[in-house]
Amino acid sequence: MSQEAIKEKSMILQKEMVEGLFNDLDHAKELGKKVCYTFVPGNLSELIRTFDMLPVYPEINALQSAMRKKSGGYIKEAEKNAHSEDVCTYVKCDVGMMMKGNIGPTGTKIPEPDVLLLSYTGCFTFMKWFETLKREYPNAKVIMVHTPYQENAQMTPSMVEYMVKQFKEEVIPQMEEVTGIKYDEAKLKRMLALSKEAEDWITKIFDTTKHKPSPIDAYFAGVYYIGPINIGFRGTPEAVEYYKELYSEIQERIRLGLGPITPEGEMKEEKYRLVVEGPPNWTSFREFWKIFYDMGAVIVASSYTKVGGVYDLGWRHDPERPLESLAEYCMNCYTNLNIPQRIDLLSKCITEYQADGYVTNSIKSCNSFSAGQLGMMREIEDRLEVPVGFIESDLVDPRYFSYSNIKNRLESYFQMLAQRKMMEKEAH
Amino acid sequence: MKDLKQIINECKELAFDLHFTRAKKWKEEKDGRVIVGYMPIYFPREIIHAAGGLPVGIFGGGDRKQIIKGDAYYQSYICHIPRSIMELALDKHMDHFDGFIFPSICDVIRNLSGIFKQHKLGKFVKYMDFPQNFLPQIGGVFYQQEMEHVLHYIKEINGVEVTTEKLNHSIDLYNKNRQLISTIYNIRQDFPWRLSIEDVYHIVRAGTVIPVEEHNEILEQVCAHIKQNIGVPQDKIKVVVSGAFCEQPAVGLIKAIEEAGCYVVDDDYMLGSRMIIGDIDATTSNPLEAISNSYIKQSQYSSSIYDVSNPKEYRLAKIVKERGANGVIFASASFCDPSLLDAPIFQNAFNKLGIRYIAFQYSENINQFKVIKEQVGAFSDSIKLWEDEPAAVSNINLTATDSCKH
Repeated sequence: MSQEAIKEKSMILQKEMVEGLFNDLDHAKELGKKVCYTFVPGNLSELIRTFDMLPVYPEINALQSAMRKKSGGYIKEAEKNAHSEDVCTYVKCDVGMMMKGNIGPTGTKIPEPDVLLLSYTGCFTFMKWFETLKREYPNAKVIMVHTPYQENAQMTPSMVEYMVKQFKEEVIPQMEEVTGIKYDEAKLKRMLALSKEAEDWITKIFDTTKHKPSPIDAYFAGVYYIGPINIGFRGTPEAVEYYKELYSEIQERIRLGLGPITPEGEMKEEKYRLVVEGPPNWTSFREFWKIFYDMGAVIVASSYTKVGGVYDLGWRHDPERPLESLAEYCMNCYTNLNIPQRIDLLSKCITEYQADGYVTNSIKSCNSFSAGQLGMMREIEDRLEVPVGFIESDLVDPRYFSYSNIKNRLESYFQMLAQRKMMEKEAH
Repeated sequence: MKDLKQIINECKELAFDLHFTRAKKWKEEKDGRVIVGYMPIYFPREIIHAAGGLPVGIFGGGDRKQIIKGDAYYQSYICHIPRSIMELALDKHMDHFDGFIFPSICDVIRNLSGIFKQHKLGKFVKYMDFPQNFLPQIGGVFYQQEMEHVLHYIKEINGVEVTTEKLNHSIDLYNKNRQLISTIYNIRQDFPWRLSIEDVYHIVRAGTVIPVEEHNEILEQVCAHIKQNIGVPQDKIKVVVSGAFCEQPAVGLIKAIEEAGCYVVDDDYMLGSRMIIGDIDATTSNPLEAISNSYIKQSQYSSSIYDVSNPKEYRLAKIVKERGANGVIFASASFCDPSLLDAPIFQNAFNKLGIRYIAFQYSENINQFKVIKEQVGAFSDSIKLWEDEPAAVSNINLTATDSCKH
């Protein structure tokens, strides 16, 4: 744990982008920019940028608070104020952080929102979260975008129409009102073209795990890779540049036959290839990751990296259909897919990326992900006859990360995988 | 007219018949009849009725169904109702159901719809996405399309074409149903001793598993009985129970609250049956639009409805005031996101408004209430002891509710 993480050029590019955003947020007033709080799933980054607003993602603040070991205190603060122990810890961390002065990851105060853009996509709690924030920030305008759930595994024309009407009659006029900037569709289209480009690159990046050994870890490193596309940079030339650079670095790793980079350097031997369902634990992120890489386990695909958009199946933003395309984007985020769709997508990942196993990290306080995961696991096990593993933790509440329990469970699981591999070898 | 005790006993049987035998019998009586199960909170039952169907409420197994298979589907930190619904389904309690509706309440019920789809339970499974946009030309139109989708499924089963006349007739029947339930609550507001909340619960819940025509007859008789001066008043405070709209508390808990010294003069146990306030227009040429408009403009507050322009805390405070209640009991099912995420909003507001409250959590299968009973008893005693203080609820300014409409 004491070793410094190795930094590649793409990492430096990402750091610069994030620092730039927080720097702008620090000076939002001087820059004359409005601040828009919103969520990662169904994030309308391009639309926010069309109106020159600066995005703030409360989930990202919460996970960063967890990585900085501050979330426990924030959660307790919220619980003192009637928030239940049993609800989303992102919400409580955010509320607690606000009660403690709203100091963000860079150590400076995050400006108050001018807009709470409630992109209500794939998570019921989002709605309650912004109902709570509205009461704390009475001057902020809440703009609701209701994203219909893909209950029947499809995006119907009426669902698209419903969302486009919301954009035209509610979202855009209210954004115009708050910012004083007129909606510029040409500007939006230019950004959507860049979004499509970034989406092509990120799909190619996550596809590189088909190689053996996989050059990347699509979960623990994947959460960093999805950063730019999910936190406000989709639709920018910087994001395209970042993903191009990242892809080129990964190609070099493939050429050299290298495995993924971990916080302790390069992973030497790929023993197990896994697909993971569910978000990671953030409070003990490195310890959690270490359990996997110490055992030679690499994650070749994860559902969490699809939470801000599913691009695997070919869907892309389309500048020729700007608002329709934003609607489809929202509806196509992972947690907005129905359970059979989620099972199919994960099964496809297991097959295409030749995974040896499937692991669920079930998050105590995230029902959007967790409710139904046991049924999904059972179906995947039956369908593909792949060994399945199940662990439990939480997003940002340190009380629910039990290192020894998780390690014990995973060690047993890896023993099972080892035995199975041995049997398969003997059979051949 | 039947004796009130007899009516209540029949309702008790119906409300907790986990094999839904009345519905089964109804279906067998005539070809082309369909049964459509719906989960909490609210579903426009009128459209099922108009399509020749019987909408049947599915509220879990409560404390009357041992969970074995259902636990294999849900982690310990997920509420209890999805596992008991799975248990009922896998134990074939609902094999005579043709379809299942999962209204948009929360992520757990949403994902349960997917598990039903995966298991191919019923001839159709529909997650009903209620609009969170409250403009008739946007959210209203979307809602009508959702209802049309349900009607399409039913037509595929029984071939029934729903007409304007049929829909308006069904709306009329359910208007009557809501009026009668409302009458019961209004009488109880002043004379809560005439009918216990436990009995009200059984009577209203029975209506979710039988034809509306039969339920209306029952309700009419109940109203006739409780218009009489029956029962003996007791020294109890009046409370409103809030937060128990999905997973239902065991009947023992519902009863325990009154036994501990509180007349429950309003509640949200069977919120779906009371969701629409007032009548739905049954005279239009577009009944689906009328139903949609009623949802948008006449809904009771709910933890599942986006409320920024119509804050729920003021709406609950208004109910407390109008019912002349002394306080509120927040009862939330364990791990219930909608209810628990609303708790700070309600409690912070009520601290400012001076409305007294207590809060606890329950699970549908827990039937030991000693601690809760003591908590409720202490709440009741504390209010009685402080009864000389100005009645905070009646003095509060609730004008915010008047200016906040969807």
